Amino acid sequence: MISGPSIAAAFAQAGVSHVVWIPDSTLGTWEPALEQSRDLKLLRVAREGEAWALAAGLWIGGQQPLVVMQNTGLFESGDALRNVLFDLRLPLYALIGYRSYLLANSPDTARAFTEPVLQAWGLEYLLATTDDDVPALVDHYHACRQAARPGIGLIAEGRG
Amino acid sequence: MSHDMHRKARARMPFVPALAGLAACRDQEIVVTTMGAAREWPKLSSHPLDFHYLPSTMGQAPLVALGLALAQPGREVICLNGDGCMLMNLGALVTIRAAAAVNLTLVVMDNGLYEVTGGQQTVAAVAQTDFAGFARAAGWPSVLEFDTLDDWQVAAPKLTEAPGPRFVVLHVEPIGPAYQLPSLGPMSERIAKFRQALGVA
Repeated sequence: MISGPSIAAAFAQAGVSHVVWIPDSTLGTWEPALEQSRDLKLLRVAREGEAWALAAGLWIGGQQPLVVMQNTGLFESGDALRNVLFDLRLPLYALIGYRSYLLANSPDTARAFTEPVLQAWGLEYLLATTDDDVPALVDHYHACRQAARPGIGLIAEGRG
Repeated sequence: MSHDMHRKARARMPFVPALAGLAACRDQEIVVTTMGAAREWPKLSSHPLDFHYLPSTMGQAPLVALGLALAQPGREVICLNGDGCMLMNLGALVTIRAAAAVNLTLVVMDNGLYEVTGGQQTVAAVAQTDFAGFARAAGWPSVLEFDTLDDWQVAAPKLTEAPGPRFVVLHVEPIGPAYQLPSLGPMSERIAKFRQALGVA
């Protein structure tokens, strides 16, 4: 499991200014670390589609937002994602909770559809399962930012 | 009384003069437009801080405006939204209030119709929904509502003096049968120019 302090420290160091999120039970454990960060501003939204649009306004206004939500939220927010990443062509980065990834033979359809949906969107993604993977996530973030393209970090979860 | 008669019974101001009332007193505010406002505002203004959110995701213009307001706390941001758009994302009222963006003004141009699809009534028009009441319930510090052009023209120049974020409902007439969204050029180029105007490019 990836810890909040590890994520908060790494992405603050990477230059992220705002975290725009809706938590699930795994990502939610990050809340204290995100709130206590001196460098990150935590912004809560009411529904996942809002996260992409809010992050878009922040990026256009000169900030470096990070979007955080569960894979179910990724599905819910498809039209906002489409608009922001493909109409507006903004190079936003998101961490997506990969519900049930760690549960062998899980029948969870959220697990089954996550990677096919990302592939259908043509979005580049990297899977992270433990804190040891956080440096690679940050490298991926930097690579996407340098190439001015969107990217996704998949956060392995149990039940999410 | 039919639902349509309910919609028409309310006093409404003409759409374009309502926007013109704001354009006449606009200074260095960022103005975010969508739907009907994105069609008419470019005829009234060619300011480098105009951001026409088109193509859009319906309902998300207030969130784009919120992001701009948080990113640029030294600037006022005015979002010109539609009632159908507002209805599609009422949660934005809560999100914006929680973010405490004191430099944001959200204006809802309420004509009770989906003009972009031919003028069908919104479900809010059928239910006679009180958008201002939603904003009050969400805790917005300033909630204003106008149905006559005279009242709106008096209030518009002092709009950003009220504590923010501010929620404004303008009860307007439909634009009309010639409704058509404009072609404003490639979005990526417009974003680059807008960021240049903000000094963040």
